[in-house]
Amino acid sequence: MKPHRFFTILLLLLATSGAARAGEAVIGLGEKLTPADLDGVFAIPPDGAGLPAGHGSIAQGEAVYASQCAACHGDKLQGTKAIGAPALVGGRGTLSSKPLKTVESYWPYATTLFDYVKRAMPMNAPGSLTNDQVYAVTAYILARANIVPDQIVLSAKTLPKVQMPNRNGFISNWRYPHQY
Amino acid sequence: MAEREIGNKAACDCKMGMFPPRRRFLFGAGTAAALGGALPRARATPSLPADPTRVQGRATGADGGYGARSPFETAHRILGPVPNSQTTWTFTPLADQIGNLTASGLHYERHHAGIPSIDPQRHSLVVHGLVDAPKRFSMADLKRFPPVSKRHFIECSGNTGGAYQNLPLKTVQVSHGLLSTSEWTGVPFSVLAREVGISKDAAWVLAEGADAAVMSRSIPMEKMMRDAILAYGQNGEAIRPEQGYPLRLLLPGFEGNTHIKWLRRLQVSDQPFMTREETSKYTDLMADGIARQFVFTMEAKSVITFPSAEMRLPGLGFYEISGLAWSGRGRVKAVQVSVDGGTKWHEAALNEAPAPMCTVRFNLPWRWDGKPALLQSRCIDETGYIQPTHAELVRARGVNFYYHYNAIYPWTIAADGSVTHEAA
Repeated sequence: MKPHRFFTILLLLLATSGAARAGEAVIGLGEKLTPADLDGVFAIPPDGAGLPAGHGSIAQGEAVYASQCAACHGDKLQGTKAIGAPALVGGRGTLSSKPLKTVESYWPYATTLFDYVKRAMPMNAPGSLTNDQVYAVTAYILARANIVPDQIVLSAKTLPKVQMPNRNGFISNWRYPHQY
Repeated sequence: MAEREIGNKAACDCKMGMFPPRRRFLFGAGTAAALGGALPRARATPSLPADPTRVQGRATGADGGYGARSPFETAHRILGPVPNSQTTWTFTPLADQIGNLTASGLHYERHHAGIPSIDPQRHSLVVHGLVDAPKRFSMADLKRFPPVSKRHFIECSGNTGGAYQNLPLKTVQVSHGLLSTSEWTGVPFSVLAREVGISKDAAWVLAEGADAAVMSRSIPMEKMMRDAILAYGQNGEAIRPEQGYPLRLLLPGFEGNTHIKWLRRLQVSDQPFMTREETSKYTDLMADGIARQFVFTMEAKSVITFPSAEMRLPGLGFYEISGLAWSGRGRVKAVQVSVDGGTKWHEAALNEAPAPMCTVRFNLPWRWDGKPALLQSRCIDETGYIQPTHAELVRARGVNFYYHYNAIYPWTIAADGSVTHEAA
């Protein structure tokens, strides 16, 4: 075959068979998402978007904590170093000296606590707590940290309003990175 | 607590199909490193023929069709000082690494809830949120897209972290071994982005893993579009389970924990989700009590792997100083080595043309005169960033920063040839 003819055919093939390379068109792989695909998935940002229905009080949370959390995190929420369970309360005012980073002293958003407990706790049965239980135990931890009042009931409405002590303790390095 | 040996080495008779099960022939971490690269390792006395040319070798296929290294090779990961066996990290034996790539079986590990077992046929990636057409991609779908293969390092942001407070880090494996380099193969996120159509307001993407921590991080969309890879291949085969089988996120130059393993979900959003990992854990506390957040990039860094701590130079004479240099900001441009405590710096040879966000091996020939010496290396990347000194870092960050330690790391050679790290 003469070279120019070969290239003409090649060009025609490219034009008609749509030789798809990255950078051009949508390839069309993948299934359309169904609601079932998102069953049980969540990630809760500070504005509370995606928080589930349900609610929990401090008293209910105390019972959840005793049966699900205390074995590792301790009766006083002090943590158990030997097994790697961190303290959940205490440490306020330590961040510029000998830091004790806890929910109370360090975590900037209460929604993060809800998200993480629902996501990954308790360690021996991650993801096993009901939404009510997660709201309740979140309320209990925040109460023991002296962050919420005694009569609080946490829900999708009240949780995002909780003001954490170290809310303004962070600066983003993403847009304006430091040299050192 | 000292670093620990992993698992039960004695139980494995699978390695070469050649030797009966044997008791531990591996050394403790310290002694293995102490012997360094120059001395023979194996004290194993497998039933070797006196002359391998006088007997037939082992039968082909006895390895089950997947080869293993020689039983004389004993380099292995060691476990960090961890209180349980799920929330763990292991160190790559950098002093034993040959060349620039890390063997897949020696890649460092960091797990937040153990290593999940996942059937790739049942695994998929969901992409949803601020997109026009939310989709589910099976592993088969992902492998049909045009792939890319790139060499990149992954470094844990906690690598060398103990150095802020001058904690004793015994060997280069423990001081710098949360660093490994592989060739990664997969689909660029930018290709999937076109499939789902990213909305104008999109600014962040939540990446979520299928481990028991359901590990999650928010990643800037800008980074995802620039060079993120949904990787299913590592060094010519499927990603190892410890590295995220069957799918992990690869974010060239970003801190290791953002490269979400066992990746199952990407949720596009206009804001970061402020997950536990990006608020309470992987944030960097400064002396004034304020923490830097979203400190993604691993800055320019280098370390001499030979000679390094717990080795001992056997005598005067010629040695090839060797090490690794890398930068999360781009290519390594140059590596300088000093053998006199920083008075004179010599340009080291780079073994290959450096790739962006990849390690490169450097070398410098050196003749040791038997006097005490202080060896240091510093990396300069293509953006002009120069690897800082310990004093410069601590001045800017304090000693509670923990993460992103990238200072020059000196080795002291004593008159008897022994090598140690003396805190700056």
